Amino acid sequence: MSAPLLSVKNLRVAFPTRQGVFEAVRGVSFDLGRERLGVVGESGSGKSMTGRAVLGLVRPPGKVSADKLELEGQSILNLPERQMRAIRGNRISMVMQDPKFSLNPVMKIGDQIIEAYRLHAGGAKDAARQKALEMLRAVQIRDPERVMGAYPHEVSGGMGQRIMIAMMLAPDPEILIADEPTSALDVSVRTEVLNIMDGLVRDRGMGLIFISHDLNLVAQFCDRVLIMYAGRIVETLAAKDLHNARHPYTQGLLNSLPRLDHPVERLAVLQRQDSWRDGPLEGERTETDFPGGL
Amino acid sequence: MLRVDDLDVWFGFPPDRVDAVKRASFSVAEGESFGLVGESGSGKSTILRAITGLIDSWSGTIEVAGQAVAGQKRDRAFHKTVQMVFQDPYASLHPRHSVDRVLSETLKLQGMGDIDSRITRLLEDVGLGQGFRFRYPHQLSGGQRQRVAIARALAAEPRLLLLDEPTSALDVSVQAEILNLLTDLRAEHGLTYVMVSHDLSVVGHMCDRLAVMRGGRIEEIMTVDQLRHGGATEDYTRHLIAASAGYERA
Repeated sequence: MSAPLLSVKNLRVAFPTRQGVFEAVRGVSFDLGRERLGVVGESGSGKSMTGRAVLGLVRPPGKVSADKLELEGQSILNLPERQMRAIRGNRISMVMQDPKFSLNPVMKIGDQIIEAYRLHAGGAKDAARQKALEMLRAVQIRDPERVMGAYPHEVSGGMGQRIMIAMMLAPDPEILIADEPTSALDVSVRTEVLNIMDGLVRDRGMGLIFISHDLNLVAQFCDRVLIMYAGRIVETLAAKDLHNARHPYTQGLLNSLPRLDHPVERLAVLQRQDSWRDGPLEGERTETDFPGGL
Repeated sequence: MLRVDDLDVWFGFPPDRVDAVKRASFSVAEGESFGLVGESGSGKSTILRAITGLIDSWSGTIEVAGQAVAGQKRDRAFHKTVQMVFQDPYASLHPRHSVDRVLSETLKLQGMGDIDSRITRLLEDVGLGQGFRFRYPHQLSGGQRQRVAIARALAAEPRLLLLDEPTSALDVSVQAEILNLLTDLRAEHGLTYVMVSHDLSVVGHMCDRLAVMRGGRIEEIMTVDQLRHGGATEDYTRHLIAASAGYERA
């Protein structure tokens, strides 16, 4: 069993406000191996902030602190921006939620991928171009030559998301953080994008952090799931055990989903309890447990 | 209650004309709840916008409560019968109008009297207390905003409510609350719903019948029972059901 790719201990993100310090993430700990790790929670539960904190994307006045934040044994907590840039995109990449806001609207797609690739790998323009074409083919874009010369508004949402993934994968990162990569997509395109990411984890041995609010999707796609509530991980589960979740919050989320195969008159409504904010956590012992091994 | 026959909707002029809806026909009975599902760009929201008069480039027949409508003009009686709830509660409320102002303006436009007590009742109907009456949208959560948008639609005491993805911007836990609210309101006021959604399970929960759309055409109209028991006849519908059931590792 090798060391985890990413090790996070007691991660905190705090923002000073006029009403006092607001902690968006309050003591999150997890290890990531070469696996698909799902992070689930409602909006405001701190799941995106966790991803951003790992990448060093929390801007002042926000403050990140942790007992440990290590990428393969090397601490990446609050690195100077120069050193962080060498890691970000190169070894850890992030796919954002909405391709419409993450691609440069006035730059051809090909040029954007080439620019991103050369920034990290250097090399000649021709080689970068070949690499970009290869990446577009890897995400199953049928006519990469045409797409290279297109502007972002000329491609569909699903294609834009695949282009984002291609761009992020060009430098061969070890970890990919995907922040709601499929929530802007239609169900049929969603399956395609997930297949691509699944293949990359399998073939390249990448670690994937998959942030989503869709519990059922995460249960089917990921190996392990972290459930976040109010900035903390309230439960850690193997994905296949999600339906046996013990924490009332996880159960509540699952019950509030309408289901085709199980019609009900009224949906169960989640009754929030104050004790969840600071109460005992479920399954903390599974923190460094990798189902399937490393 | 609602009859749509041979509806075509287009945008732009040749050679750039886009046919957003092609020969769509369906009817919704009084008290029924009808769903429109499909991928983005399949024309489901466009149908709702054509019904409410937000689009003028359409042809065919639209009849609401036996009255045919034409073009973009709608009379006052129409707006008393039909109201719409939009997808994004963050965009559909005026940021500088308080809840009180949003509702009282609508009530005044509808020519209602006794505005003060009506607002009280509307807020109670949608499960918001009096404490919310003088708040501004930025002081409300997404679910609360959608409740205000529903209260605004109910202000005219409509009989037909057009719901354009009313919960897709909300968390699943909040979605459950809003869907329950819509179910209660329908039972209480005897409303007819036409609901657009890309989520088959939401439509399955809320509706009696549904139309599956693709590329501007209605592929199939079926009952929710057929949907649940695999009674879809079109390949596309089956594909959509399989895809929305979740992810299967390839």
